[in-house]
Amino acid sequence: MSDNDPQRIAIETRVNGTSVHAEVESRTLLTDFLRQDLRLTGTNVGCEHGVCGACTVLFDGEPVRACLIFAVQANGHTIETVESLANSEEELHPLQEAFREAHALQCGFCTPGILMSLAPDLDEIAALDEDAIRERLSGNLCRCTGYQHIVDAIQSMNPEADGD
Amino acid sequence: MKPPVFEYHAPGSTDEALALLGEHAWEAKILAGGQSLVPAMNFRLASPAILIDINGVDELSGIETAADGSLRIGAMTRQNVVESSDQVRAAAPLLHKAMPWIAHPQIRARGTLGGSIAHADPAAELPAVMLALGAEFHARGPSGERAIPADEFFFGLLMTALAPDEMLTAISIPAQAPRSGTAFVEFARRHGDYALAGVAVTLTLGSDGTCESAALGLLSVSEAPMLAVQAASALVGTAVELSDAEGAAELAAGEIDPTGDLHASADYRRHLVRVLVRRAVVEARAGIEDRG
Repeated sequence: MSDNDPQRIAIETRVNGTSVHAEVESRTLLTDFLRQDLRLTGTNVGCEHGVCGACTVLFDGEPVRACLIFAVQANGHTIETVESLANSEEELHPLQEAFREAHALQCGFCTPGILMSLAPDLDEIAALDEDAIRERLSGNLCRCTGYQHIVDAIQSMNPEADGD
Repeated sequence: MKPPVFEYHAPGSTDEALALLGEHAWEAKILAGGQSLVPAMNFRLASPAILIDINGVDELSGIETAADGSLRIGAMTRQNVVESSDQVRAAAPLLHKAMPWIAHPQIRARGTLGGSIAHADPAAELPAVMLALGAEFHARGPSGERAIPADEFFFGLLMTALAPDEMLTAISIPAQAPRSGTAFVEFARRHGDYALAGVAVTLTLGSDGTCESAALGLLSVSEAPMLAVQAASALVGTAVELSDAEGAAELAAGEIDPTGDLHASADYRRHLVRVLVRRAVVEARAGIEDRG
């Protein structure tokens, strides 16, 4: 096999609740498949070696780095991206609303990855103390906020807090 | 950066994976969790012609507790499964304690126990922990299965006792002995980063209250994950007082062969080992009293 003759593989996956049939090159990263083939550009490409977390998506419900998975590995699995969170353009997901309220983003590049890291265990994470929340954020780099407003946004969602 | 072209195979069984590996041993890589291999491919530091993806081989995942209390963990068991396993917490508290130190939750959701061991990164937590646990690795190849003790497995930088046509299939970990204590400590600039140095300790006391056996696995301070053999033997026979811990720490600092890099000089790593070994030994000793 030469560079001119890449192997292409048919895959069947479920992305944001929709079944997707596609043919992908074996070396295509899940990030590039989502962005370029499916035009789901909410998943951002940062470092491409698993450090920054900007490409975090849910793989069978668990947050993973989409830059460290080949698209072909999504065959038979479910993927959720940040586009799955809001019901519509008018109605944000409560976590997105909390980020907006608390000014938890500036440039917004890291935000989709952070949202997808938090979304599956939101109630559990929001009830943690600040140190533990920062620990849960450690896999996502943000160069704007200094994290404080992100922590504030998460804490504002604590179901056990009395709202004060 | 994007990975180079490769041919992809997704076998459904260990036998099928081994057949592929036998056919392509020198040009193929096994793709487990991919949390080290894929970054290396994205950077083009690795460019295997063939990838054998064993994520679909279900028989390689799972945690079993044997009658004697020991664990047998499938090589493809995800790190976050090991982390939250009650069986692991009960039989191998050291492994349980070390898991949260491995990178970040998103990495542990994909990364596997066997993948990290077979990759044998000297800066990784699991190889050093396996050394301190006295684990045994089960490998399968064309001539059948063999068991390799952890202290005969790690050779040099990313080098192991696995032959190119062999695959790590499972890891056996003895149940922690009664009157034992363990500790895992590491120092990293940011939690989740590769540690500048780290120590995994197992201590077992005899009936007279002195140390019967000790094992100290070190990470990030040598070309390969290593046991601090002299430091461990110096602890045997002592009551593991603070002065004994300090003596072991001094010996460990002399046994290592750290290199300096952007993040830490060799001298600083040596200093860290001295501090971390002392702390880990004291913590492991204190843990024995906690357990009664």
